[in-house]
Amino acid sequence: MLRIEQLSKVFYPGTVNEKTAIEYIDLDVRDGDFITVVGSNGSGKSTLFNLISGTYPVTGGKIILNGKDVTNSPEYRRAFTIGRIFQDPTKGTAAKMSIEDNMITAFKKGMKGLGISLNASKRGYFKEELKQLSMGLEDRLKDNVGLLSGGQRQALTLLMTVLSRPQMLLLDEHTAALDPRNAQIVMDLTTEFISRYRLTTLMVTHNMQHAIDFGNRLIMMDGGKIILDLSQEEKHSLTVPKLVKMFKSIKNQEYVSDEDLLTP
Amino acid sequence: MLEGIFVDGLIFSIMVIGVLISYRILDFADLTCDGSFATGAAVATMAIVNGTGLATALLLAFLAGAVAGVVTATIHNRLKVPGLLAGILTMTMLYSINIRILGGRANVPLLRIETLYTKFPQIFPMVSTPWALLIGTLLIVFIVKELIDVFFRTDLGISIGALGSNEQMIISMGIDPKLLKVIGMALSNALIALSGGLLAQYQGFADANLGQGMVVQGLAAIMIGEFLFDSNKISLITLRVILGAIIYKALMFLGRYYGYYINLTPSDLKLLTGILVIVSLIVAQTRNAASTADARKKALRRNKERREASMKEDGDA
Ligand SMILES: Nc1ncnc2c1ncn2[C@@H]1O[C@H](COP(=O)(O)OP(=O)(O)OP(=O)(O)O)[C@@H](O)[C@H]1O
Ligand SMILES: [Mg+2]
Repeated sequence: MLRIEQLSKVFYPGTVNEKTAIEYIDLDVRDGDFITVVGSNGSGKSTLFNLISGTYPVTGGKIILNGKDVTNSPEYRRAFTIGRIFQDPTKGTAAKMSIEDNMITAFKKGMKGLGISLNASKRGYFKEELKQLSMGLEDRLKDNVGLLSGGQRQALTLLMTVLSRPQMLLLDEHTAALDPRNAQIVMDLTTEFISRYRLTTLMVTHNMQHAIDFGNRLIMMDGGKIILDLSQEEKHSLTVPKLVKMFKSIKNQEYVSDEDLLTP
Repeated sequence: MLEGIFVDGLIFSIMVIGVLISYRILDFADLTCDGSFATGAAVATMAIVNGTGLATALLLAFLAGAVAGVVTATIHNRLKVPGLLAGILTMTMLYSINIRILGGRANVPLLRIETLYTKFPQIFPMVSTPWALLIGTLLIVFIVKELIDVFFRTDLGISIGALGSNEQMIISMGIDPKLLKVIGMALSNALIALSGGLLAQYQGFADANLGQGMVVQGLAAIMIGEFLFDSNKISLITLRVILGAIIYKALMFLGRYYGYYINLTPSDLKLLTGILVIVSLIVAQTRNAASTADARKKALRRNKERREASMKEDGDA
């Protein structure tokens, strides 16, 4: 599905602000994988997603999507395959437009023509789809999205993303800005959609329990590298304290080796 | 007299719809307008003088405006400069080009030659001339409004609206935002130039300086319209733009004819327009803050009701 080879990203290279955000990452995401991604602030999780989606150009390395090298293809083209949801609920929808206008834009990926697709049967279909969110949005098709709560907006974003039929989902802390109840609702919908549409998924979360409970694989990032990659079996017996301990022991080793490097 | 204000306002309203598309729908602060308005006037005038026929003249004006919009959008897309700068560049270049179009002159009259506005009284002979001009203009504005309303209900039109509201969403939906900007800016400036082409015929001449200060006047008209009523429906938004444009022209008329009572001269009108925009911005901001506060109160009340309802349910259970 997705293969990343020797990927690196340096911000402001050659200046005093030079910052290496991703350092030679290799990653092979198989069809149907649901990978949870953890790591401390600034470890490079969002940057990795930005590189996969094409928001930023890479500094080095390759991104191969469905066997095709997409390293230099523009973000909007990769979006045909990749659906992305951000932490900020306002990023996925157009606030100044109605729910139905938002949904018709998401309904089919790609450049639009002069046809008018928004008709009674589409509205009926949208209502049915909105019902599964159980938020009463099916009665508010003509309301501007800006009037919705953060949780409602994020649920709508999720629905619009899956309606556009991507093969892959990149979720970047997509429930972190919601209150616990809404976060739960959106998370339930997420897992439901992932299994129904068999979406290959990468999900960044700061909730260690979520990282362990969801998905079939867990990766941990630190300092722009993947420092841990656990399979389903390894995850099975995992607990939060164990995960934290693993993190600390890896960090310690690095610390020691750093010292080794510094002392001749 | 009164009909004159309406004709003026209606011709102006087509330009304001163009400004609406760039500023409000695309969220692109475009200054091309000040140039493309005069381009439309110049192209239509020269076409008529050279005998292309009236429909062709307006079509050429429309297309010339579209090209100006494409140039601005392309400068913005390719060189990654802000829209404001891209617009200023095109506007500046257009000033020279407009004089070229006018055959090296800054002003070309449309005297003793058939224009739409000499034709309207023949098309509507049953009414007086001023009314014939008004009816003819109204008809054109009506057609333009209907076409724009339909366009912004098509899939393409909706995606242009979404682009102005959230560019990331458009990218996520697999659409090239650069292409949409080119299309939107072309349409915006095409309408602006069309309006210029009509004004040249109405006033009987084209002038290279015709577009000066148009953007701000357009914004003033949009903001006046926004005071009238609130809506997210395109047909009502274009309606309120047209009403705003007429009201703006009426205000300027009052300023011009009765302003001398308070020592106002015609050259003060630009100052008044600017102040009008500033006042509108202040009022809109205050209103916005008030409605946000109101919405928050309503949400709190709804929350409370929901909590009470669920407590009652729990109690029943
Ligand atoms: N656009 C940018 N310009 C410059 N530096 C950046 C940019 N984006 C990210 N960085 C830097 O790259 C590093 C990785 O940031 P990134 O946002 O990927 O972290 P993250 O793992 O997503 O963190 P968080 O958990 O806080 O979201 C940070 O040091 C950050 O400052
Ligand atoms: Mg992040």
